[in-house]
Order: sequence, then structure tokens, then C-alpha cells
Amino acid sequence: MIRAIRACKTAAEERAVVRKECASIRAAISENDQDYRHRNLAKLMFIHMLGYPTHFGQMECLKLIASPGFPEKRIGYLGLMLLLDERQEVLMLVTNSIKQDLNHTNQYIVGLALCALGNICSAEMARDLAPEVERLLQFRDPNIRKKAALCSIRIIKKVPDLAENFINPAAALLKEKHHGVLLTGVQLCTDMCKVSTEALEYFRLKCIDGLVKVLKDLANSPYAPEYDVSGIADPFLHIRLLRLLRVLGQGDAEASDTMNDILAQVATKTESNKNAGNAILYECVATIMSIEENGGLRVLAVNILGRFLSSRDNNIRYVALNMLMKAISLDSQAVQRHRATILECVKDSDASIRKRALELVYLLVNESNVKSLTKELVDYLEISDPEFKGDLTAKICSIVEKFSPEKIWYIDQMLKVLSEAGNNVKDEVWHALIVVITNASNLHGYTVRLLYKYVQAAGEQETLIRVAVWCIGEYGEMLVANAGVLDIEDPMTITEADAVDVVETAIKRHSLDLTTRAMCLIALLKLSSRFPSCSKRINDIILHHKGSFVLELQQRAIEFNSIIEKHEKIRSALVERMPVLDEATFSGRRAGSIPAAVSTSQGAAPKVPNGVFKPASAPLVDLLDLSSDDTPAPSSSGGDFLQDLLGVDLSPASSQGTNQAQKSGTDVLLDLLSIGTPPAQSSSSTLDMLSPSQGNKKPVDMLNDLASPSAPSAQVFSPAKKSPMMDLLDGFGPSPPAPVAETNGSTYPSVVAFESTSLKITFSFSKDPGNPQTTSIEAQFANKSPNIYSNFVFQSAVPKFLQLHLDPASSNTLPASGNGSITQKLRVSNSQHGKKSLVMRIRISYKVNEKDVLEEGQINNFPRGL
Amino acid sequence: MGYDRKIHFVLLISRQGKVRLTKWYSPYTQKERTKIIRELSGTILTRAPKLCNFVEWRGFKVVYKRYASLYFCMCVDQDDNELEILEIIHHFVEILDRYFGSVCELDLIFNFHKAYFVLDEILIAGELQESSKKTVARLIAAQDSLVEVAKEQESSISNIIAQATK
Repeated sequence: MIRAIRACKTAAEERAVVRKECASIRAAISENDQDYRHRNLAKLMFIHMLGYPTHFGQMECLKLIASPGFPEKRIGYLGLMLLLDERQEVLMLVTNSIKQDLNHTNQYIVGLALCALGNICSAEMARDLAPEVERLLQFRDPNIRKKAALCSIRIIKKVPDLAENFINPAAALLKEKHHGVLLTGVQLCTDMCKVSTEALEYFRLKCIDGLVKVLKDLANSPYAPEYDVSGIADPFLHIRLLRLLRVLGQGDAEASDTMNDILAQVATKTESNKNAGNAILYECVATIMSIEENGGLRVLAVNILGRFLSSRDNNIRYVALNMLMKAISLDSQAVQRHRATILECVKDSDASIRKRALELVYLLVNESNVKSLTKELVDYLEISDPEFKGDLTAKICSIVEKFSPEKIWYIDQMLKVLSEAGNNVKDEVWHALIVVITNASNLHGYTVRLLYKYVQAAGEQETLIRVAVWCIGEYGEMLVANAGVLDIEDPMTITEADAVDVVETAIKRHSLDLTTRAMCLIALLKLSSRFPSCSKRINDIILHHKGSFVLELQQRAIEFNSIIEKHEKIRSALVERMPVLDEATFSGRRAGSIPAAVSTSQGAAPKVPNGVFKPASAPLVDLLDLSSDDTPAPSSSGGDFLQDLLGVDLSPASSQGTNQAQKSGTDVLLDLLSIGTPPAQSSSSTLDMLSPSQGNKKPVDMLNDLASPSAPSAQVFSPAKKSPMMDLLDGFGPSPPAPVAETNGSTYPSVVAFESTSLKITFSFSKDPGNPQTTSIEAQFANKSPNIYSNFVFQSAVPKFLQLHLDPASSNTLPASGNGSITQKLRVSNSQHGKKSLVMRIRISYKVNEKDVLEEGQINNFPRGL
Repeated sequence: MGYDRKIHFVLLISRQGKVRLTKWYSPYTQKERTKIIRELSGTILTRAPKLCNFVEWRGFKVVYKRYASLYFCMCVDQDDNELEILEIIHHFVEILDRYFGSVCELDLIFNFHKAYFVLDEILIAGELQESSKKTVARLIAAQDSLVEVAKEQESSISNIIAQATK
């Protein structure tokens, strides 16, 4: 049969032969053919080995095992071990046969049964047959004793509470002279120590001296041909003894002390020119490093590893790297000495060695050597195997993130990695990079120029392109204007057209995925405002994607196009720079420890040159805005802009787009943005807002609006609101109430929107009669505590049917005890005007005595009809 | 240190990727076994000759060594002694060699059951049971002769029956 199968040229032929054989075996089984049973089973095993199903033969095994002759039993047990494993129910049926065979007079049959039991016994069988096995540990023939010992290992692993029954017989095995028994006995004791502390204590107390003596005798034994392996007597026994000593010595100084001498002897006297000797040395080093401290021995061990490391044998180098990983926690100085050699191993041609070495280098990195090690690794990245780049990149990124001494270095290294192996960089890594970049305000120009250079050279690395495109979109003008040039930079001249070129090339690459191209579109939109001269060209590029088959791109193209063409005035406000992303929040997010929380760290906000980036938002706002011109509040750069993006509504697409970029990016904004409007809805409301006539078409609503305040007593205090009306006016400090009433057709009562023990927020409302959907709110913040609040930031978010715009606050410092206040204007437009009333979630953050405070709340008590 | 540290399986694969012997000391389903064999023969057979004899695989280590056209592979835990496993493989090969008289791949194909018998005298439960090649050879020989005796008896009995019924 085997010959027939081997003669098969194709898999199909082989299947046919196997099918035929299986059929005839089945027939034989059903005829209960005695004579050929073992031959059939042998065939089945072969078929099984080829990977064909053979379950129908399982019962045959049992029958063969139950038959009296040795040859049948032998093949039956072999079949049992091959065709079945411990999880099959059939196995239970064999328990009784095994039990009988364990008590058989023929020692070879006992041996067969023990072997099968050791290889496949289940927990139930272990319980049933443990007494038999225990008895066999004292059998007259040593070959049965050794089999019983290994069988016991299986039993105690399956049923650990049986271990204590085996303690005494196992200890007895350690006194044997027969190598097989000693070998298996030592192994049994080692495994017992792992499942039973009782056994561990017992062996520590009673056996340690004996074991040391056995090892000593073995190490000093004269040449014994039977056990000799390249000049060493029984390396297997050596290794097992060392392993048991390790288990016994671990955590026990006295036991460790007993074995010091012999360990030193083994470590120094063992020949290391053959594999067997090295295997012993390796085990010995492992033992030395696990047992209790002995300085001299450890030095010896580390020296052996150093010798291993410089070996020319790859296997030896591999195990050296492996063991150094463990040594590093004991003596990192000693391992650091081998740094150069280890670094060489990272560049080895052998993947297994490279992987070990890389893991080890990763552990070796610390603040003092991070720069040189990273440089080596990054340099190597250039020439490494493609399949190794993934691992290597991940480790470099992790090292850089963990130990980066300064931002510029971080950015430098990451950009190098991106340009070498950008396609292997995971999303969260480049997201983190962007967070770092936004926070490094003094490096924006440097970074964007560096990216520009890299992209020219390595335009096929996707993540590099993403980061580059994002940065060019954000900091494009710094690229062109050579803003913030560092001393180390070479001067370069880049025109606006060059910058657009980069993005255009990127978007035209077919290999890039949707996210990247979507990011390109956003970058283009941003550039269109930064570089008026290229606006026309950018619009053409964007137009090109109007016909994109990818819905996302098409939608963006159309929306961006309309922003460029129709909404010139608001464009610059729309495409303002992204606020600084909060590193703490981001890393928290990444670690998954912070639930959806949004906060933008005001403190880290870049200092925006006065006036230049101030939201030149809609002129409408300016009309109403009284204070912001004098105080281009620093707060306008950070958190508020988020609200702008969202709230101003103007570009749902843009907010969505940035969302995409950032979400992929950071998630930090996700929360806020998710409240944002879905594109469809808000584009319609964009129209609403932009066409004043819309409001006039709803006279009924207007009437409603006018009607409701006419009953001021019904001011709809939410039940939560406690403070009386009178308080409201108290807060009006130095700043005169805005002359809103004049421009308004109607008046609404002011409300205390939020009040805590430390803070009170009052909202007063006004409406433009021409546009009933929109409400102007003047928020007034008053400090109830005796301490000054600095870095005061007010943020708010609204549900989808609302759109919100925040003007800059009058100040970001709130004087103590109500001696002054901050005012801030908000504009809310309600797309469900007349149906739903306003609602708002707010968050206030500030610093008191250098401590960050965060307050949150929800405002439900808006007057009806807003 | 792993709780269940041992040899998890032994594989013999020919250079063409054909399986010549498999022995599993840890439970794997038939599906897993096929997958493991496929994955490992993919990685091991493609490795260049001078590289080290260890492959890291799913948190385990596979120690392999090539003898003529056959790869002997053993899968062990991450912290086992790889060098020793190499010695065990060599031990196994030497015993096979002695038993078959300079073993070749064909011996293992046509007498695969004998190869298993040998392995069962060397390993039980994924642990080494005998470090003496001589002892293993003696035990196998003793069992083989038991089989021979039984066969002879059988044929003599069948001869007697045949003669009696002639």
C-alpha cells in the first residue's frame, strides 16, 4: 500500500488510493477479520499520518489492545497513541485494558501500557490508574521504573493533588544508580516541585545533598562509553540535575549555598567546544542566575554568556542572547558591556538571532544610550530585510516614544523611520507623532520643511505622506515663509506652488488609500486659504475629484469646492489651524484608561501672533462683538476653535473632514465632533444661516418667539435651578451689559446657566428679529471663591440640531470674589426652531493655585422659544 | 518557567515537505496538527543551511536539525534548553541509525511503525526516558524478538493445523 501511495503522482491519485484502502479496511473491520487486524491498523496509521480521517479505526485499536498476544498489543497501543488523544471519549473504554496490562506478568506489556498512559492519559484515567503507576515505581526492572516515573509526571500534571502520594517513591528514585531511572526520577521531582510546595519543601530538606553528590560524581566520572556524548558523561542527566537544583535553590539561600561549589565546578570545568558541553553550561548559567545571590558565581555566568556571544556558532549566540534577557534584570551593567556585540546581532542574517537581539536591545535602552542605540537601529532600518522591518520599526518607535529626551529628537527620529519604513508604521504611532508635532510650536516650521524634504525622497511611504500632507495643510505658510528656522537647518526656498505640488502628487498616487487622499483634500482646502495665489489651481485639483467614485472623496470635493468658490469670506476662519492636541488625553486614550473625555490644554496652546490668526470669522459676529477686538484673547486659539469648527457649522464637511484626519489621528476630538452635525443636515442649515430670507418665511415661529417672553414669570426654571432671579443681576460687574436689546426685536430673561460652589455662569439672550433661529448669548462668568482663576476656558457642546459659535472670551483670568467677570459671546442657531428648545453641555477648566480644575454641567433651563 | 514544560511534539519532515513521522505530546486537534505542519514546514524548509537551529513560533520554540533529506523537529517551551533538545534529536537519530543500520528516509517510510517504537523508548510524555543508546537498542530488540517468536508460533500452529486438515 505504501508503495502504491508513493507511486501516486498527484494528490487526486493519492486520494483515490487512500479511499480504496480505507474501503477495504472498513470491510475487514466489519467482517471482524482477526488475522489482518494489526496489518490494517498499521495501514490506517500511515493514512492518518497523511492527514486523512481514520476515526473508524479507533475501535480496532481497542480490540487489538484487548487481545492477548504481544505483537497485537504493541501495534494496538501504537495505534491508540497515534489515532486518539486525551479528549476522546473512546479513551475511557481502554482504561480497563490498560489496568490489566499494568498488572501483566510480561514486563514489555507493562511497558507498553505505561508508555500509552504517559502519552495520552486523561485526568479521569490518571485518577483511576495512579495507584498502579505508583506501585510500578518500585518494580524490579529499572526500565519499568523509569517509564512509571515519566507516567507519574503526566498524572501529577493532570491531577496535581495526587502529587503528595508520589513524594516518597519519587525521592527514592533519586538514590538509584541506573541512569534511565535517575534521569526520569530527577525529572519527576522537578515537575512535582512545580505543582506541590509540599514536595518542594520535602526535596529541599531531604534530597539536596544527595543530588549535589550525584552531580559531583557524574561530573567527575571517568569515561563511560554507554553514556558518553562527545566526551561528556550523560549530558542529559547533567542538565536534569542542574534543573532540579535550580528549582530547589530558587528562593532558598541555604539550599543555594549547598550547591555553589558544584555549580562553580560545572561552570569552569565543562568542555565548551561541543554542543553537549555548551548545553550543560547553558543550563548551569540558568541555574546560577535563578538561585540566590552569589556574586562570584554570577560573574562566572555572565562571563560564560559573553563567551557564548562571541562564538561563531549561531546556535550558541542565539542561546546567549536568550539568556542575557534574563541576566539583564540581575546585572544590567554586565549586559550593557556587550551592547556593541548585541547590536551586531540585530543585523545578523539569521532571522531568529535578529529577533532575539532586537528584544534584548529593546531592554538595554535607557536614557543615556537611547540616542546612540536608536541611531544604529534607524541606520540599519535602511538595509534590513523587508520582513524584518515590521518588528524593527515597531521597536524603534516604541523606544523613541519611551525614552525621547526632547521633542526635536523625537520628531527627527520618527520622520526618519517614516521615510524608511512608513508602510510598516502602525496608525497609533503616527497619530502620536502628530500630537507631538502640534505641541511643539517652535518646531512647526522645522518639521514641515523636514517633511517636505523627506517626501521628495521617499514618496512611497504611506504614513510619511499622511503626516507630511497633514503638516503642510496646517503649517504650509511656515514652509514657504521659512518661519522659525533653526540654526541647524540649511536654508531652502520653497514656493507656494511647490507645497501644493507635494499634495497634488500625493493625491494622484493610485496606490494610496482613501484616508490619505481624504487628508490630501483637506490639506488642499487649507492651503487654498493660506496661499491665495494658488487658490485657482487648488480648486482645479479639488474639482478633479468631484467625479470620484469614492463617495467620501466626491462629497469632500464638492463641499470644498463650494467653500472655495462661494464662501470666500468665511473660508479662512474655517480652515484655521487645528488646536493643539492634548498629549495627556491622547496617551490616556491610547492606553484606554480615559473614557471619552475632551479637553484641550490651554496652557500648551501656541502663542498666536496677534491678529494674524485671530478668527476673522463672519462679519456678522464682528458686528455684535464688542470686546474681542481689544482683547484678542489667547484662549481663542485653543479649545474655542474646536467649537468654531463644529458650531459655526459653516463647514460640516470640514469639521467632518478634520474629524477623519484626526480621528484616524487622535480620537481626542472625536467626542466633540461626534456631537457635530451630519453633513447633510448641516449643509442645509448652512444655507439657512446664510440666507436671511429663510427666517422670514416662518412668521408663525416668529410670533411664537415673541410671544413666549411676554410671560416672564413663566421663565421655565428647571427644577435644578435654585438661585433666585435677583442673583442674576449681581453678577453684572464692571463690564456694561451689551446693547443687545437694541438690535433685537425681543428680550428674554437672563438665566443662571450654571452654578457651583466656586463658579457662576449667567446667560443673557438676544435675537436678531430677521433670523429667529439664531440666538446670541452673552455668557458671564463670576468667581465665587477667594482665589484668582487663571487659564480660564469655557467650552460647550450642543446636540445635532443646534449649531454653536463661540467668540473669544474677554479674558482668561477671573478675579477673585466676584470682583470682575469674564464675558464671552456665543451664537446658537436652532435648526428645529419652534420644535425643540436649546440645550447645552458645558465644561469649564481653570487653574487655582496652580491646580487644574474641571467643572462640567448641562444647561436645560434656556427660556423657551430660543 | 512554564508549568507544563516538555516536548510538545516531534515532527519528521522530508525536504519535499512530506511528513514522515508525527508524535504529539500535547493535545492538538487534527485541524491544528495539519496547520502546524504546514506552517512549520514552510518556515523550516526555507531556512538557509548555516543559520541557527531554532525557530520561534507562536510563543514556542521549534528546534530542528537536518539529517540527509530529513528534518527532525521538536517543539519546546520558550525557556527550555534548546541545545539539549538538539542533543536529544541527535540521540534519536543515532539510535535509529543503529537500529536500521545507517538509516535512510525509505526505512522510515516502510517501517514507520518501527520508528515509532524507537521513539516510544526514548520519549514518554514529552520527556526523555533513556540516555543510553545501548539500553534502548536492547529493549527494542527484546520486543522485536517477542514479535518474531509469536509469529513463528503462529505459523507453526497454522502449519500444524494445515497438516492436520490436509
